[in-house]
Amino acid sequence: MLLQRFLVRLLTMLVTLFGVAVVVFVVIRVAPGDPIAMMLPPGASDDDIARLRALYGLDKSIVQQFFIWLGGVLHGNFGTSISLRQDVLGLVFNRLPATLELATVALLMATAIGTTAAILGARSRGTAIEAGIDVASGATLSIPDFLWGLVLILLFGVLVPVFDISGRVSPQLDLPFATQFYLAESILRLRFDLTWDLLKHMLMPAVALALPLAAIIAQLLKQSLKEVLDLDYVVLARVKGFSETQVILREALKNAALPTLTLVGVQFTFLIGGTVIVERLFSYEGLGNMAIDAVINRDLPLIQGIVLVFALLFVLINLAVDMMYALLNPRLRHG
Amino acid sequence: MDEANVARRGLSPRLWLAGGWLLLALLAAIFAPLIAPQDPLAQDLMLERLPPFWLDGAEPGYWLGTDSLGRDLLSRLIFGGRIAFIVAFAAATSACLLGSALGLIAGYFGGWPDRIISRIVDVWMAFPPVLFAILLVAVLGTGLSSVILAIAIIDWTRFCRVIRAEAMSQARMDYVESARIAGYGRVGIMLREVLPNVLPSVVALLSLEMGIAVIVEAILSFVNLSISTDDPTWGSIIAEGRLSIHQAWWVLVFPLITLILTVLSFTQFGEALKARFDPVLR
Repeated sequence: MLLQRFLVRLLTMLVTLFGVAVVVFVVIRVAPGDPIAMMLPPGASDDDIARLRALYGLDKSIVQQFFIWLGGVLHGNFGTSISLRQDVLGLVFNRLPATLELATVALLMATAIGTTAAILGARSRGTAIEAGIDVASGATLSIPDFLWGLVLILLFGVLVPVFDISGRVSPQLDLPFATQFYLAESILRLRFDLTWDLLKHMLMPAVALALPLAAIIAQLLKQSLKEVLDLDYVVLARVKGFSETQVILREALKNAALPTLTLVGVQFTFLIGGTVIVERLFSYEGLGNMAIDAVINRDLPLIQGIVLVFALLFVLINLAVDMMYALLNPRLRHG
Repeated sequence: MDEANVARRGLSPRLWLAGGWLLLALLAAIFAPLIAPQDPLAQDLMLERLPPFWLDGAEPGYWLGTDSLGRDLLSRLIFGGRIAFIVAFAAATSACLLGSALGLIAGYFGGWPDRIISRIVDVWMAFPPVLFAILLVAVLGTGLSSVILAIAIIDWTRFCRVIRAEAMSQARMDYVESARIAGYGRVGIMLREVLPNVLPSVVALLSLEMGIAVIVEAILSFVNLSISTDDPTWGSIIAEGRLSIHQAWWVLVFPLITLILTVLSFTQFGEALKARFDPVLR
């Protein structure tokens, strides 16, 4: 049952990824401007152009070109960046960890803030506290991460300059890291001075990304908690003398969390999508920031590589969430 | 019952405030040449970084101060509203028409049209929207029509998903069956019976989408990929303000407030419409 579901999902995922590849190929190929002309210095002879054209398979039909390109992509050959003159896959993997760390910290924050607000709201249901949480989460949700980022820059970068609003790490620091996962590595190497510096840079963009998701978690989890709190087994726990907070933490939360979990998975992909502009806003050296530079430089191979990696990430997250849901949901587990 | 009362009580002031701001901003944008106190493009280095009117050093006639080139901020915001509203209306309407049509077909007919459309939606959902928008504008070339087209190409899925689900549940209802027995064709039933019933959702989504379109345009002009002329946009003013944030905070604060109010208003307007049309809440 579970395996069958997994295989069906996997197949759908491959179909989706194939679709993504088609769309990216079409979009890149309708781009005005000859891709060959961009690679050659001005004044190249017609012979040179023709030779390069044949080398890249551009003299073949568009369908053949697609499969040549797809074959390259599947072998990890994403081409060479025009503006940076380096292998695209290498560039992408060099920047991806920064974005993953930012998105993960933002997700943890959103979960912490959202869950706290939901428990607080469910505990004091029907009071002014719940109404306050409703209004706050409604407003938080309506304002996108881009605007939150700007608000945070004004508040904590200018008005009360306590956090860094630019970059990933202080440039004067000497970094002993072997990988690009700076935050994880600083913790593993027990270099908490560096962890602190990284977090100080990461905090504002992470909060900007986390706030809309935190609001969604608060709303949905509070709703499910309130529904669960009226069920018999929870009433029983209350009769046994547990306090309302204990009842929520020990009994209700486990059962109320499932619908929220699915939603958080989908929303996590939106959060990752948000890193593109938020990284730009805070000059954070991640994949999204590089993507915007690539677009401005009309570096099509690099854009293509970044878009494909983002799409793969999105599809994998959706698959993981779906599987997690199936594992945790007793109806699907035993069905 | 409880929720219906909440919805009705919350409706009026919310709708009035949101509608009031949008109307004000829209009228200001339409009559920009008459209202704007200064030429939004006029640079004057003698007047650079003037503060807003309540601070020392402000100049009369420059209510919200000036930017680093001495251009009047209020006039730039008023003229920037023109681009924002054109994009909001044109992009949201295009996305709405495309997405609702496909959603209606997928939801009402089911079968292979539904499978194809749903697969395309899946593919679209695998793209980060902002990156997709930036990529499309880069490919299509900067300019107002590219921005509108890019937003429509990306955001039609929002309409498609919701309308598909609604049309699906409507298609199972008795009145659709009665219409079929009465001899109406499938397309006729879809347009005459199902469409009017999903229309409230369409209108509410449309208002939400206008808010999203305003943000996307601001993001595109923030990274200098929106319209290519010198015309001010809210996003380009914000980009300018981000650079001179330590010298002239007002260049960032005022467009930010304008943008937040506009987005909140579109969202609130949409939510209020949804509450008003939703038969369960009503």
